[in-house]
Amino acid sequence: MQRCLASLERGFLTLEVSTSTPVVEMRTITVRFPGVIANDNVTLDVYPGEILALLGENGAGKTTLMNVLYGLYKPDEGEIRIHGQPVSIANPNDAIKLGIGMVHQHFMLIAPFTVAENIVLGVEPVNVGGKLDMDKAIHDVEELSKQYGLVVDPHARIETISVGMQQRVEILKALYRGAEVLILDEPTAVLTPQEVDELAVIMRSLVRQGKSIIFITHKLREVIAISDRVTVLRRGKCVGTGETENTTQEELAQMMVGRKVVLSVDKEPVKTGDTVLSVQNLHARGSRKLPALKGVSFDVKAGEIVGIAGIEGNGQSELVETLTGLRKATSGHIYVNGTNLANSNPRALIEEGVAHIPEDRQNRGLILDFTVAENFILRNYYKPPFAQGINLDYRKVHAHARELIEEFDVRTPSENVPVRSLSGGNQQKVVVARELSGEPQLLIASQPTRGLDVGAIEFVHRRLLAQRDQGKAILLISLELEEVMSLSDRILVIYEGQIVGEMTPDEATEGELGLLMAGGHAKRGLHSEGSEQSGQFRQGSAELP
Amino acid sequence: MANFGKDLQNSPKHALRISREQAIELFIPVVAVFLALLLGAFLVLFIGKSPLAAYGALLKGAFGSKRDIAETLINVTPLIFTGLSVAFSFKCGLFNIGAEGQFIMGQIIAAWIGYSLAGMPTVIHMPLAFLAGALAGGLWAALPGYLKAKLGVHEVINTIMMNYIALYFSHYLVMGPFKEPGPIPQTPQVAEAARLWKILPGTRLHFGLILALGAVWLVYYLLFKTTLGYEIRAVGNNPHAARYGGISVSKDIIIAMSISGALAGAAGAVQALGVQFRFLDLFGFIGYGFDGIAVALLGRNHPFGVLIAATLFGTLARGAITMQSIAKIPKQIIGIIQATIVIIVAADEILRRFFRSRSAATQALTEAGEGEDNGE
Repeated sequence: MQRCLASLERGFLTLEVSTSTPVVEMRTITVRFPGVIANDNVTLDVYPGEILALLGENGAGKTTLMNVLYGLYKPDEGEIRIHGQPVSIANPNDAIKLGIGMVHQHFMLIAPFTVAENIVLGVEPVNVGGKLDMDKAIHDVEELSKQYGLVVDPHARIETISVGMQQRVEILKALYRGAEVLILDEPTAVLTPQEVDELAVIMRSLVRQGKSIIFITHKLREVIAISDRVTVLRRGKCVGTGETENTTQEELAQMMVGRKVVLSVDKEPVKTGDTVLSVQNLHARGSRKLPALKGVSFDVKAGEIVGIAGIEGNGQSELVETLTGLRKATSGHIYVNGTNLANSNPRALIEEGVAHIPEDRQNRGLILDFTVAENFILRNYYKPPFAQGINLDYRKVHAHARELIEEFDVRTPSENVPVRSLSGGNQQKVVVARELSGEPQLLIASQPTRGLDVGAIEFVHRRLLAQRDQGKAILLISLELEEVMSLSDRILVIYEGQIVGEMTPDEATEGELGLLMAGGHAKRGLHSEGSEQSGQFRQGSAELP
Repeated sequence: MANFGKDLQNSPKHALRISREQAIELFIPVVAVFLALLLGAFLVLFIGKSPLAAYGALLKGAFGSKRDIAETLINVTPLIFTGLSVAFSFKCGLFNIGAEGQFIMGQIIAAWIGYSLAGMPTVIHMPLAFLAGALAGGLWAALPGYLKAKLGVHEVINTIMMNYIALYFSHYLVMGPFKEPGPIPQTPQVAEAARLWKILPGTRLHFGLILALGAVWLVYYLLFKTTLGYEIRAVGNNPHAARYGGISVSKDIIIAMSISGALAGAAGAVQALGVQFRFLDLFGFIGYGFDGIAVALLGRNHPFGVLIAATLFGTLARGAITMQSIAKIPKQIIGIIQATIVIIVAADEILRRFFRSRSAATQALTEAGEGEDNGE
């Protein structure tokens, strides 16, 4: 508590003076993990009928704090009060009994079950004799959905409904169990801009009816747009709390990061050269053998960043994998510097100068139990100077590692520690350093800033722009619309395995991109060149409800 | 606890955490052996004997005389090879339960080359027979490796099946084409020129031990100093990242299985050329291959760890015989001790958690102290 109050002296936020009792009071919560204090003396209050944003970078301790409230972690110190009564929450069942519900970032739904079945799971209404009363379940769900304006189809199976609706099912699940306080863990990460707006409306309607919401996020804009109050965490500590309307994005960013942050990206004007990557009518199947890419065509020229915007699961992963030789194309061409490299093995593409920052650094980009030095040579260990005949010259490997650590400012005690022991941001620096150090012709960067804090994001963005200014071709795939818009020289929108539009960042608005991403078509005309080239735009009407 | 000094300079806290993990890693096998010996002592007490007498007899049996030491080392030799075999496959993320079958194939083929060729000088015949055994083991493992790499057939199932095929195939060979004339199902004796040299006068200790030590070094070098070793460890740690790095995962799986099998085959070859000088019909699995799994596990899949673990297991097995004959303590106690070691090492998460929570508690205390200092 003292820490929170102390930070207020900087003149930023004033602590809300409220006469009502908070629903949830978390007092001086401390959670220690081996080697790290995840929550350090954190205090947090939630009042009835408010939306509290819990803001912080990745690793700031937001989710840990909420897991304490939901009974998943036991705090080493501190106290939780619900409606003023001290409580002990040993597991999620205790939390649910106390009226706390949590919607996790990754939904916990059973795909082949219906919406109603998922909602009542675990607390199913039964007839006399113990038979499941599905009619009552459906009725209850319909009632609940009407009451809070959460539109769902109780009969639909989870696997057939949109991500937005799945999220509503998760919220209904919590409400069905009598939640008074809803914890939403990064609820907007999987949504289109339009769905985010809908979610905001739902959240408003919930708090109007007396619910309280804790909304975990690292997106400043959403804090400003949605929340009533905000609590900021940095490195496990509460660095401020107060009313949203008294603050600005810049101020929040500074609190979150601990220093001044430049939110915009400065770019040199684009100077394009020859076409480096030319993808023509590319088809590929996804992991479930269903078509995932349905005739994708585009070019990337030297000196430009082409961004691909889209909602998760619309073929981005498959596109990247097909371009980097990790997935078979069923048809189509991938020309790199004029050579067709479709269905080449990954090494052939590496040899052709294609660098790849994979979306999943821990499972693909790095070998976590290898040392930093060993990870730096993952894609060129077989070539001199590292390989000498059958031998690997570890002296050169280590020297190389020390150079890259220096150049890319990787924070590590030495090049000899397993990369697993580095923070996420530094792990990503290892990947970026490795991929950029090979002097690539083409860089395919797939969600290069996923899960990174603001400082590391700035770093990656600067490096990408530097590559572009050096005349490299860059294909950027990102789920963060802001990232695509601020870095790209051209933006392609992918929807259901097809490129459905092309825009420049100047002419694009988030609204238009959002519509395209959701399968609608833009109000303004699409880029004509793109349209002729691919000839595959979805002309169907917008599918948004 | 040991901390690995050179990492400490830049970020002490960070490096300490890693070195603690490493220390735990090294500590677990030691603790496992200690606990198992303790349990063994209680068992001995339980049957009304003196644990001191038991372990005394064990040590005497293993190291009491030149001959005892030689016999112990003869026991250790095949375990080094099979331990290396299993450890090598583990490094590529494969579980080669088929070392037993590869051992059998190595043994019978080495014996066959050993007895069937005549009139060759030792410098040719001996290495030829040894390498033929290793090659047979390697080919026997290459098949499950190939099936795993190309068709995704699980190597555990496959290598188990291959064990039985090897066992029954050896029956066929030793009762059919390789059979020595006479009533006993066995091959003829290996030619003198193919036998491994004796290396300690007055004992049976043979050159196989030197070969095994060479194999330890070779496996170490291969895994940690060559590009192939880098690839194999990459595939074993994270096949997705290996593939992303341009490594052919399927090729490496086949290579790793073949090398693993060759090591197990070499174990069989040294038994045939150094100890038995022929192949005797098997009534069942001898167990060197299966013991290799335990040795690899206890040795943390590191060649040097395997060497230590094989020495321990070989010593226990040899000492158990004396323990039974002199101290009248059933040698099955040793079996229980070995099994306990394996269980503790396999369930190392229990120990690890114990160490972690203790070290976390210590650290928390330290940091709480620091916190007070900074608090003002």
